[in-house]
Amino acid sequence: MSSDRGRETAPRTEYLKAYRVMLMARVLEEKLSSLYRAGHIKGGVFLGRGQEALSVSVGINLRKGDIYAPLIRDQAGRMAFGDTALDTLRTYLGSQLGSMRGRDGNIHRGRPREGYYAMISHLGAMIPTVTGALLARRFRGETGVVGATCIGDGGTSTGAFHEGLNAAAVEKLPLIMVVANNQYAYSTPNDRQYACADLLDKAAGYGVAGHDVDGTDLGACLEVLGKAVAAARAGGGPQLIVGRLLRLVGHGEHDDASYVDPALKASHVGRDCLKVAEDYIVENGWATPEEIASWRVEAKSEVDVTAAKVLREPAPDPNEEEWMAISETRLQDNFAA
Amino acid sequence: MITYLDAIRSAMDEALGRDPRVFLYGQDIGSFGGAFKATKGLAKKYPGRVMDAPLSEDAIVGIAIGAAIEGMRPIVEMQFADFSTCGFNQIVNHAATLFYRTEVSCPIVVRLPSGGSPGGGPFHSQSMEGLYAQYPGLVVMTPGTVEDAYSMLLDAVTIDDPVIFCEHKFLYNHLRAEELPKETTPIGKARIVRHGRDVTVVTYSAMVHESLAAADELREDGYQVEVVDLRTVKPLDTDTVLASVARTGRLLCVSESFPWGGVSAEVIARVTSEGFGLLDAPPQRLSAKDTPVPYHPNLWSSHRPTANAIASALRRLLEM
Ligand SMILES: Cc1ncc(C[n+]2csc(CCOP(=O)(O)OP(=O)(O)O)c2C)c(N)n1
Repeated sequence: MSSDRGRETAPRTEYLKAYRVMLMARVLEEKLSSLYRAGHIKGGVFLGRGQEALSVSVGINLRKGDIYAPLIRDQAGRMAFGDTALDTLRTYLGSQLGSMRGRDGNIHRGRPREGYYAMISHLGAMIPTVTGALLARRFRGETGVVGATCIGDGGTSTGAFHEGLNAAAVEKLPLIMVVANNQYAYSTPNDRQYACADLLDKAAGYGVAGHDVDGTDLGACLEVLGKAVAAARAGGGPQLIVGRLLRLVGHGEHDDASYVDPALKASHVGRDCLKVAEDYIVENGWATPEEIASWRVEAKSEVDVTAAKVLREPAPDPNEEEWMAISETRLQDNFAA
Repeated sequence: MITYLDAIRSAMDEALGRDPRVFLYGQDIGSFGGAFKATKGLAKKYPGRVMDAPLSEDAIVGIAIGAAIEGMRPIVEMQFADFSTCGFNQIVNHAATLFYRTEVSCPIVVRLPSGGSPGGGPFHSQSMEGLYAQYPGLVVMTPGTVEDAYSMLLDAVTIDDPVIFCEHKFLYNHLRAEELPKETTPIGKARIVRHGRDVTVVTYSAMVHESLAAADELREDGYQVEVVDLRTVKPLDTDTVLASVARTGRLLCVSESFPWGGVSAEVIARVTSEGFGLLDAPPQRLSAKDTPVPYHPNLWSSHRPTANAIASALRRLLEM
């Protein structure tokens, strides 16, 4: 098991790069929240506030050719892997020009051809899917690639989590399995979710390497994810990373999270990872508070301009939609009911 | 002589030989050759491409989906169709929606050893084609002959969409043919397996044979029964069904699955809405009973439609 005391070794450039992605994700999500409140977004908005450090550390450690299947609260990881504010807004706002063309929305977006998988709602389902993708890579003789996917503490109770991790372990595939233990699954606290002492205990149970990390500490997250990804890339098999943190928002924007224990909010896990990273940057003299403030302004103006543009984009037109759920044109005629 | 099971094995053998993207994944399918021996000898012939899976249906299908996204063409074996419910989520929510959502197709084949056999009981006998056909994005095949088992499985592997391949366990060793077919019926096309002018039976899979036997029985009464084998239940070849009903004026749908909803209900809905004027009598259906599938062979054989039961249903329909 790795320790989470790795801040000293995280290089400055990587730290600052990761911080700026976190910041962008935070600012974008603030915009999503306000668009939701203004009634522009149908369906739900699910934010990753408080989870950016862990999430960005996953995305930033992946490279082109890797596979990434993010989950609900992974805006930061998505952006580190190449997702843009433009496509995020398009998907949430149902723009016809978005990668999902209005057919699926919010967090259920991706571009599988680029290794960026589009999650389904059913928690755990992406774990065997990434495992299968890695198996395909092995069939093709590709080495040095990894596949990463994420889940919450609640998701670790699904059969798919067990089945997927177990199958990946049996095949010794380079699966990076990140658990954001944010203390609650919707309103359900951890003590109603699992009875083992620590979610990390599951690593040994499946025969995979386990890593514990303070999810509020960007430096620690970068280091631990860096190590885990390197180990998987080098042939070390699946790696389970459990990040301890607190979800700093409701389950979705419709939820006021009144059930969250105030003692947790006041504790170490309740720290805001963005603020912790900012303080660290300033402490180290890597940037001044004024510089950081100006980065935020920059991010905000980019997001505002993008949102304004997307709000003017066409919605999908049901009369021009090709409604086929199958790709085979030779079968489509017969499919019409 | 080639059995239905041999045909399935030959199709997989051929698919593996033709296309390096094809691999097989499922419980006990490696050196053991599978619970029914459908993959016997294949692990040895194609090292590394016929893989034993853990007892994890969700993972089996999920892994197939991920591999398909990355360009492979996996064929997965469910040990029994009944256990596919443990992988149901991946099939209906992931594989079936992938192309629609992302424009990336999902060429997987999920083989379901389906239907009853004597002593199978409630958990080793189910026919799930109607359930899967309900979901947009899936192709559902139900071959009823040795020839179709072979050619349709080969087709299934070439289809870019997820195919649920329902093979019938009772047919595995009961059905034999002289040789494998060279020419095949196009995917999604039904076949008239017996021509007749008095009544149409629309059926598929093992019930094709029960229906043919019933048709023989009715010939002694002077009736000519037309039997249509749907072959693929989704897409459903409504044209062939309607053309047959136009000739006979009467329709009986026979299926081994539970009566509620399902393929027969769909066929009857289409015929009544698109061909009401063709009908001389209300369309009928004969399904298994609305109970779990029983264990004892005596109970089992009266739970599912048999040639006798089909013949009785036909007589009633012909008198209407
Ligand atoms: C299989 C499944 N059951 C239920 C849900 C509904 N659901 C969506 S998110 C959620 C809570 C998830 O909690 P957790 O996994 O801890 O992630 P978090 O939301 O805390 O990030 C639930 C119950 C679902 N998406 N999938």
